[in-house]
Order: sequence, then C-alpha cells, then structure tokens
Amino acid sequence: MPLKSWKEIPIGGVIVTPGSAREYKTGTWRVMRPILHKEKCIDCMFCWLYCPDQAIVQENAVMKGFNYDYCKGCGLCAKVCPKQAIEMRPETEFVGEEG
Amino acid sequence: MQKVLEKVAITGAEAVAYAMKQIEPDVVAAYPITPQTPIVEYFAKYVADGVVKTEMIPVESEHSAMSALVGAAAAGARAMTATSANGLALMHEIVYIAASYRLPIVMPVVNRALSGPLNIHCDHSDAMAERDSGWIQLFAESNQEAYDLTILAVKLAEHEAVRLPVMVNLDGFILSHGVEPVELYPDELVKKFVGEPKPYYPLLDTDHPVTWGPIDLYDYYFEHKRQQAEAMENVKKVFPEIAKEFEETFGKRYNFVEEYRLDDADHVMIALGSTNSTIKYVVDELREEGYKVGALKIWMFRPFPKETLQRLLNGRKTVVVLDRALSFGAEAPLYEAVKSALYEVAARPLLGSYVYGLGGRDVKPEHIRKAFEDAIRGNLIADEQRYLGLRE
Amino acid sequence: MPVNIKQLAQEFEKKEIGITQGHRLCPGCGAPITVKFVLMIAKHLGYEPIVGLATGCLEVSTTVFPYTAWSVPYIHNAFENVAATMSGVETAYRALKAKGRIPEGKRYAFIAFAGDGGTYDIGLQALSGMLERGHKVLYVLYDNEGYMNTGNQRSGATPPGSDTTTAPVGKKLPGKIQLKKNIVEIVAAHENVYAATAALSEPLDFFAKVEKALNFEGPSFLAVFSPCVRFWRVNDDQTVEISKLAVETKYWPLYEVERGVYRVTRKPRQFRPVEEFVKAQGRFRRLLERPDAKEIVQELQEYVDRRWERLLALEEATKDKPIR
Repeated sequence: MPLKSWKEIPIGGVIVTPGSAREYKTGTWRVMRPILHKEKCIDCMFCWLYCPDQAIVQENAVMKGFNYDYCKGCGLCAKVCPKQAIEMRPETEFVGEEG
Repeated sequence: MQKVLEKVAITGAEAVAYAMKQIEPDVVAAYPITPQTPIVEYFAKYVADGVVKTEMIPVESEHSAMSALVGAAAAGARAMTATSANGLALMHEIVYIAASYRLPIVMPVVNRALSGPLNIHCDHSDAMAERDSGWIQLFAESNQEAYDLTILAVKLAEHEAVRLPVMVNLDGFILSHGVEPVELYPDELVKKFVGEPKPYYPLLDTDHPVTWGPIDLYDYYFEHKRQQAEAMENVKKVFPEIAKEFEETFGKRYNFVEEYRLDDADHVMIALGSTNSTIKYVVDELREEGYKVGALKIWMFRPFPKETLQRLLNGRKTVVVLDRALSFGAEAPLYEAVKSALYEVAARPLLGSYVYGLGGRDVKPEHIRKAFEDAIRGNLIADEQRYLGLRE
Repeated sequence: MPVNIKQLAQEFEKKEIGITQGHRLCPGCGAPITVKFVLMIAKHLGYEPIVGLATGCLEVSTTVFPYTAWSVPYIHNAFENVAATMSGVETAYRALKAKGRIPEGKRYAFIAFAGDGGTYDIGLQALSGMLERGHKVLYVLYDNEGYMNTGNQRSGATPPGSDTTTAPVGKKLPGKIQLKKNIVEIVAAHENVYAATAALSEPLDFFAKVEKALNFEGPSFLAVFSPCVRFWRVNDDQTVEISKLAVETKYWPLYEVERGVYRVTRKPRQFRPVEEFVKAQGRFRRLLERPDAKEIVQELQEYVDRRWERLLALEEATKDKPIR
C-alpha cells in the first residue's frame, strides 16, 4: 500500500476499510506447512474451529485444505485433529511451488 | 423571539450547568471534585427530575469520565463532562486521546491549583498542564461568559473543519461559587444555535464498521499529528464566524481577545479569566489619573491568537503579562506565549512578567496597580519574573 | 438448542466472523481463538457485536494502521480503560436509542476484550465501575498470565514460580512468590453480574457461557484461559493441549457465578497432579531446577485442591440462593 499524505487520510486515525489486514499476507511467516491427508479426515471441523488465522478452507463443513496466504504454520490444526489427518512438513520442501 | 429570557443572579457553576441543560448532550460522564462539584450536582438534578434526556454516567474517576466520553463520542453521541485540577490531571492521558481521535467533547474546567501540597483554590496550573494536548482552550472572565462560552464551544468543537474538543475555563470559587447576574437565553434559541450533532464514522453504525484507535507507528502517526495542527489553524478561521452567529443569535460579542481601553494605550496588561475584572477597574482608575493604560483579555488561549496580539501590541511602550501559573524552569506560560508572538513585530514593547494568585491567593487592585506602575515608570526588566501578593 | 461446531462452520463458511485474516498475533496464539469463539456465538445468536479493546497483544497485532483485522465496529482507547470506554459506548447507544437515532431491529452486543494486565491490574478500577453501574457489556478477559505484549513481565495473574522478566527466577528468589489474584471472585462480588471461566479446550462449555453472558440482563464477565506460546515456552501447537491440562489439574476450574449462585460446569472424573501442568511449560523450567521446587509445586497443588473443594461447597451452599 503506497503511503499517503496527511491530506489523503481520514482524520482521527480512523480506519474505514473493514478487514483491510487481509492485504497483509501472514503466510510468509510460515516455516512448517500443513498437508491434508483427506482419506483420514472426518470433517469434524476442529481444525477450522481452532485455527487462529482462519486459514482452513471448508465448504459446507467439508474440509478442503488450507489458505497458505495466511497460514502461519503453527500446527494447531494437526494437533487438535482426532484422526491425524494433517501432517506438518518443513516449508523448505516446497520451495518454488505455488502457495 | 426575544434573545434574553431572563436575568438571574447565579453562580458560575449553575450558569454552566444551565448551559449544559439547554445543550442537552446525549451523554454526560462526570466525577465530582471541588470546586467543579456543583456543576455535576446541578446537572444530576436535571437528570433526576427528567428535565433533560441526557444519559448520565456517574463514573468512578475522572480517568473513566474522559474514557467513557471517548467511547460515547466515537459512538456518535454528543458528550460533555466537567472537572478541576487533580481530576483533569488524572484524565490527562485520555485528554490527549480525545483530541487525537478528533472527538468534539466540551468540558468546563473549573480552574484550581494542582497538588501538592493540596490546595482547592483557584489558579491556572491545571489548564496550563493541558495546553499542548490538542484541546481548544477558552477562558471566561465572568459567569455570563462561562455560560456563553459553554454554548459557543459546542458549535466550535463540532465544526467539520475543526472537530476538536474544547475546555471552557472558569476560575474556581471566584466564578464557580460566586454569584453574578447572568442573562439566560431561551432553550429553543440555544438548541437551534448548537444544532444536531454530526457524527463522524460513528461506531454504532454497524453497516459501516470502522476501527477507532489503531496502533499508529512511524508510517502515519506524524501525518495524523499534522492534521491536528491544521485543525487548530482552522479554528482561527472558524471561530470568528461562529462568534458572529453567536452575536446575531444572543447579542453577545466574542472574539479571540477583548480589548479594553486599548486604542491609545501605551501600557497594556494581559491576563486570563476573572482577574480581568480587577484589571479593568484599575485601568479606569489610572485613566482618571491621566495614564494611557489598557487591558487585553485572552478569551482563547489555544489556539493562541498570535496574529491578533501582534496587530494589537505592535508599537506599545510596555506589555505586562499576568500569569496564574508557573512553568518551573522556564517563563510563565502566558508570558512565554505573548513574548514569542511579539518577537516578529516591528516595534517590540518592553515586557514584564508577573505571577500572581497561586493557590487562590487574592489579587487586589493594589497588586495590579503596582504592576502598571512598574510599566509606567519604565521599571520593567524583560524575563525577570516578579510575584504579586507574595511575602518576600 | 446449543450450537455445534459443524453448524458453526456452515454458518461462517462465507459470513464474516468479525476478526479477519491478516492479524499479526504469534502463530498458535490463544487470543484470536478466544475472539473467534465469542464473536461467532454473538453473531449466531443474532447480535451485532461492537468491540472494545484494551491495549495489549490482541490490540496492537490486529490494528496496525492502515490495516485492521476487524470487520465489526471496533474501538481501542488506552490500556486501563476498556471498561470505561465501553460504558460510554453502551450509554451512547441507550441515549441515541431513546432519541430514535438507532435503526429499529438492531440487537447490539457490546464486548470488551482485555488481557490480564488490563484486567487484574491497571484496569481493575474501571472494570469495577462498569460492573457496579450495571452497563450491559460482556467483558472478555484473555488471561495469558503476564504482560506478554511488552515481553513477559509479571502481572497479578502470573502464577508462582513462573519466570518473568520483572519477577525472574533468581539465585535467591523463586520467581513470583504470590498466587494469582482470584479475578472471578472479585467480579462476582459485584453481585448483579454473570461471571464465568472458560477454556479453549472445552468449546461447548465456552459457547454456552458466551450465550448466557450475552443474554444476561446486566454486566457479564468471561475469564478465558489463553495460553501464550511465546512466553509460556511451549510449542506453537500446544494452546489447546495446555488449556486441557489446566482444566484437568484444577489449575483452571470451569465454573460460573450468576448473581451469587455458583455452578461448577465441568467436573472431571479424574484429576491430574498440577505438577504435570507445571512441567509441560518452559516458563517453570528454572523453578524446577531449584532445590525448593518440590515445596512450591506442592503449595500450588494444595491451593488448587482447596479451591476446588471450596467451589464445590459454594455450589452446594448457594444453590437457589441468588444474592440479588
């Protein structure tokens, strides 16, 4: 986001764009990457519930994967998974790949 | 409609509370402190009697009073409080926040000495401690002015080019507890004058959610401060317009300063608040004795009306500044401001700095006369801080 | 009918929770999970949340200008005054509603979030004022047992033996000596309040308490055990595990107090020794290296045992006896 002059921003320090932090991609912090083994997954949604970064992608309560733009790689999803369906792998294994 | 409804003899505290009743803010959060207490008491009675629809928050401290008002004003409410001395000092942290969030809170400050040692009487040390907080600071000489300026302050604070909080200063006990005749205006006129509040990104608008009070680091904090500086400059343009409208509505004239027998005056005395009445009395005496003296009363201390002072003081022989506060280790606050303004004038007057009335010490005509006589006799030494009414 | 997790997932597949992605809290932090739980239940119940924050990790990490990780109305004022600020917001709402300046049909939930520093210590007076005056605000404490935003200083919520920078475990002193303040009791003593504890490891208990708190006619308080992975010296993925351990060792009993009536909401059949809780976290490592470690842990065990017995006794004694 290019920096603006004092004449271009709202007064009082108010931020008028809700959720603008989404422009800040916290996925770059990640050193461990969650990998889903869908065959083990029972769609219990524990990973979705606990993810501190809202980086679990689900549709109609069916687990679809991860949003690597925001996933910080904490591994909480893997830890709370009752079926060990999520595996944490070093990010270095994925160098050069998308996401 | 007649401009004045009635003329009554009331205290400054009652006059201010009456103004608040007529303004009828949405929220008042206040904590009692001598000598502000009667303002809160009168207002609480208005609430208890159902005379106003204001929601009152009887907070547990002044810090919470200002904190609650920041919440209320950000939510979109018109919000007021009143305080004194240690109460103002306790809210200091949030006083800055209110200004930086650009919340048009109006706060009568019943001026009292800051502790310690503990003192409950008048001086201006409380207001001076907030002079860099980003609030507009008005000073009243009389109960009438305390009433008028409280009403005027609402419109000034909420002007969209300004959006800054305002302190209306009135001298503790001298005005707050002293009875004077005050002309009160009809409710409808006051309500019409202040108008409806115009909320700015109100927190309660859930359809347009906004974030108030983010962490603002080196990228933007500076820009936000620049905006505050600009708003203060805007006050200098907006205030005369609002004062004009006030005069048209209520028949009372306000400006940045009041000139008293100034036209041909060689010697000018400058002060804040109720002491100006004593100064005017002495000016009249000295004029009768043939001395060309005058007074310049500061109605607006922040923003400081530098240009006005330059225009009015250029070429005078002497300017004597009376301060009811100290700035330990530096010049007294009003003196410093006047001296700084006069640096740029073509013909600089000789200056005198007099500190008086700390902790409620009485200031008498003979004290004022003494300072004038120093000026008249050329017995002024710039930056020599002198004390009136002090036992040496 | 209490909501379950899958229903919530369906409901919030596309709907904004209120806190968004892009916040800068540490990986594995308990605070954003706490916020998620509270806001989802509020929205599920049809409330429009209006959020206030005390200065702290959650505040600085979610609102770095010009970015905000909030999609609900949000205000931060200072460290010690979120309760006073939200008193003002809630009062403004009542004033404007009475004047017809609030759209019809809106149900607002005023929710304050603060850490333990802003609650147990510097913000206690403002909290007491808000509770005493009866503002309808839900105050959510995320208790990470120290001033973590500024780098792990001791607070009134820090447990004994925890290594902090202002009460470090030294050659002479075993770190903080004092027990935690009992904040729930302090809040409950305001009588006309709903006060409860919650843990992330017990989401349904947590949800039920948020619902109760929001529907309570008066101020409500939820103390959430909120692990700080950074300064508790645990792994990023242990937030829920440590919470579970806290409940199972009686370190963080789950209960509620509604107008003086106590109810213990989770009663584990078997308890684990508090030593397991202590040993699981690096913040106690230096304590455990001391010769007096055993006594200090034993004292903590005795304390949590006595507190548990007392809670059960209070539950029995206050049954059907609301104080107001």
